[in-house]
Order: sequence, then structure tokens, then C-alpha cells
Amino acid sequence: MFSVAQAEAWVRSTAVVIEEHAAALTKLDSAIGDGDHGTNMNRGFKAATQRLDGLEGDQDFGGMFKAVGMALIGKVGGASGPLYGSLFLGMGKELGEVTEVDDRQLAAALRAGYDSVVARGKAQLEDKTMLDAWHPALEALDASLAEGKELGPALDDAAAAAAAGMKATIPMIARKGRASYLGERSRDHQDPGATSTHLILETLADVVNGR
Amino acid sequence: MKKLINAVDDFVRESLEGMQAAHGDLIDVNYDPFVVYRVDAPVQGKVGVISGGGSGHEPMHGGFVGKGMLDAACPGEVFTSPTPDQMEWATKKVDGGAGVLHIVKNYSGDIMNFEMAADLGRDAGVEVQSVVVDDDVAVKDSLYTQGRRGVGGTVLLEKIVGAKAEEGADLQSVADLARDVNANVRSMGLALTSCTVPAAGSPTFDLPDDEVEIGIGIHGEPGRERIKMESADQLTDRLARPVIEDLGLTSGDRVLLFVNSMGGTPLAELYVVYRRVLQLLDEGGVQVTRHLVGPLITSLEMQGASVTILRLDDEKTRLWDAPVLTPALRWGV
Repeated sequence: MFSVAQAEAWVRSTAVVIEEHAAALTKLDSAIGDGDHGTNMNRGFKAATQRLDGLEGDQDFGGMFKAVGMALIGKVGGASGPLYGSLFLGMGKELGEVTEVDDRQLAAALRAGYDSVVARGKAQLEDKTMLDAWHPALEALDASLAEGKELGPALDDAAAAAAAGMKATIPMIARKGRASYLGERSRDHQDPGATSTHLILETLADVVNGR
Repeated sequence: MKKLINAVDDFVRESLEGMQAAHGDLIDVNYDPFVVYRVDAPVQGKVGVISGGGSGHEPMHGGFVGKGMLDAACPGEVFTSPTPDQMEWATKKVDGGAGVLHIVKNYSGDIMNFEMAADLGRDAGVEVQSVVVDDDVAVKDSLYTQGRRGVGGTVLLEKIVGAKAEEGADLQSVADLARDVNANVRSMGLALTSCTVPAAGSPTFDLPDDEVEIGIGIHGEPGRERIKMESADQLTDRLARPVIEDLGLTSGDRVLLFVNSMGGTPLAELYVVYRRVLQLLDEGGVQVTRHLVGPLITSLEMQGASVTILRLDDEKTRLWDAPVLTPALRWGV
């Protein structure tokens, strides 16, 4: 089972993790982008936690994720704002007015969020984007749940798959976003968006596993 | 990092405060969310023309707000696209009942944020059209990339399209003209040095003293190739020839030649570049009938220059000459 309280803890922990890794994300982005991914994500997730602080009364998934999504869209800027914003808006829309869901519903919500990211960004797999971390992670989550694993271990599998997907972006040639202007020169660099996606999924696994 | 900045987080706001104070007769500034808008907005019955983009390219876009050019500009953080709430606010602010045109430079973030804003504007009952500027020949345009970046051509497009809107043309005509300008303008730039984004604190890329980045983007994105330093004329040829070729200029064409500083290159050097491009165009029988020289679409303190050429016809020439009254460009008034 997965509760709104856990979802909120996930967002708050993500803000802490993103702040810790902000310089590293910016460094990756300087190599093949415009050097602001860490700064922007840090500003956005700080805004998201402030938005959560301001919410009154008991929240359902729909309201909570919408607040987070709108904060990210309003504060991150760049492409990451609309993309990560769309992720949370998509998850909120999928789950709606409930406060607790089972494991498969959480997996379906992550899938719905992923579909929103795809619709907004129109990237394909292997374009060297965050999709290359999301997609294997969601496949791993579904497979592990189908095997009968508990949510915690299944999310660990998803985070591990996201890490592998993130590393798999290193030899790719970027075909979307600012890195695509580099062509061949985008090779041998890890995609910053795939890296922040891995951090977000790893944090979800940590929260659910009580780490 | 040595900059006239008090605190990184205050930079964009304090810069806007100064701009508002200096040019309060032409523009006003909204601070939440950041929007620079014409002091007389909305102009009833006129198509509203708005643009936006990351800060750090001044005077673009805020410096182009005023009579005869933009109705509003949305500044993002440095080199970061603005957010949909800014463009939504601007769209509603400048709508004088004739609809609003969004001028968007072709970067994935700008496209996504403007798309969301256009949806929000339409939800609020404003007719919105969007045009994408993609004039940078340094980037190979293909189905498998983001496509060409929007660079120097944006300045010329905003001037000409703004004049058309000022004349009272309808939204469709203004949008059609914008696409026509985009189809007839090409640019390419080079960097002699990198620039430092305040939030990052160190140079965006390393460029040795004796090397030049040909095809640089306005956010310091690398270009076509990195070469050893050459003479000004040789470097100018590397910019101008691909632009001329891509535009398919032929003898008898009339053009506007725009030589731009990336921020750190002085005007005197821009004139050296201008003179060389003029020679090349002369050789091909192409006539430069209008010109623009100066730092108008910059990349913070980067040293370097870009060359933009726009193929002119009678209408574009007339609209270029039309009165403009903005903080950065003003003539005919």
C-alpha cells in the first residue's frame, strides 16, 4: 500500500536529495546543455515543499500531486519544469480523490505520469533524455510486482533499472533538447535529466523502504 | 566570478527594477510573475505581440518592448526559459481584443512552456497564435534533432512583426508575416570566450586562448567546430558564407545585414566584421539596403559575434523603417 503521507514524504525527501546533488546535476548539464539543471530543479522542489507547507486540511493524491506539479511548472523553467510538472499532474489525475492505493495503482500512476511526460516532450527512447531512465524503471517495477514482490523491493528494482538506464545514456547521441545541437559531441556524457529521474525514483524507494 | 551582482537570486529582479526606473516612460514591469510590458498595454484593437526567453541576452527581449515592437516580454532566469504563468499573465495583459501572437525561439524548454501558456490563454478566451524562430544555420536541421535554434533573426522578426501589428493588421496576417520573416532570415555566431552563468559561478565551457568556437549558441551551446584562432576576415567568412549559402542569395537580392555582439566584443570589432560581410555580399551582387550593428542579442559577457542576414522585399523594408520606440531600438519617432 502507498499513502498520501508517503507521497508527501517522497516529494520532501526529493527536495533534500536534489539540493545535495544540485552541483553535480549542473555540472552534467554544463557539459551538454546550458548548465542550469541542478539550480532549476533545486528551486522547483523547494517551491514544491513550500506549496505543500501551505496546503490546508487532509489531502488526497489528486490535490497533493497537482500542487507539486504546478509548483514545478511555475518555478523550474527550461524543459524540466513542464516535463516534471506534467509527471506529477499526470499522477494526480490518475489517482484522484483517494488517500491510499495498492501497489499496482501506484505503478499505474507512475505510468500515467510517464505518459504525460512523453506527450509534453515528444521524445523517443534512446534520444538521451529522462525517458531512458523512466522507461526501464517502470518496466522493472511492473515485472517485480507481477512476480509477487512487495512494493519496497519492487521499487528498489525500479531504482536500479533507472540507474542502469541513466548510465546507458552515456554513449547515446542526443536527439532532443539542447544537447542535440552537439550531435556526435554529446556522446560520452551522462544525461542530466536521466540523472535527476534516477534520484527521484531512488528517493521513492528509500521512502517506501523506510530508509 | 567577478560580476556586478549583489546576490544570484536577486539578479533578474534587480536588473528589471533598474530597467523600469530607467525606461518608465516606455515600459512597466510586473514582478510576480516577471513580465515587462508596454506602459499603454493593452492597445485596444491591436494584435498583442509577446516574446520571452531566458535572461542574459539583454537587450532582448525586454529592451524591445514598446511602440512598434513587442507588447510584452517574459524574462526567465538566466538562460532558462520563462514559465507558463508568465506568458499567461502577459497574454491576458496585452490582449486588446484582436488576439495575441507568441514569438518563440526554437528551444525545447521555450516551446513547451509557451505551448502550455497558449493553452491557458485560449482557456481564458484569448485567441493565440505561435510562431517559432529557427534561424541558426550552425545546427543541422533534421527530423532527429531539436532543429535549428532561434538566434539573431528573432530581433529582426520582432521589429518587423511589431510594426505590422502596430499598423492594425489582424492576427492571421501578423502570424503569416512572422513565418515569412523566419523563412527569409539566417544567422551564425562564434565565441572567442565563454561566459559565466551567475548561478553556476564558473565558465559554461572551456575555450583555450588560441581557439574559437564556430557556430556557438546564445547559451554557450557548442557549435559546428572548434578551430585555432584566425584573422577577423577569415573568421567572418566562416560565419557569413554558410548564411549566404543557406539563404540561397543571388545577384540582385536586397538584404538587411545585422552584425551582433555576444556581449563582450566591442563595437569597433563588429564594424570590422560588418565591412567584411559587405565585401562578400558585394562580390555576389547582393545589395545591403538596411543594416543593424550592435549588442542586441547577447550571451552575458561572452566575447564573439554573430552575422544575421534577412532577405528583404518592399513590405519588410517599409516595416523595418516604421517608427519604433523601445529602450533598445528607437527611430522614426
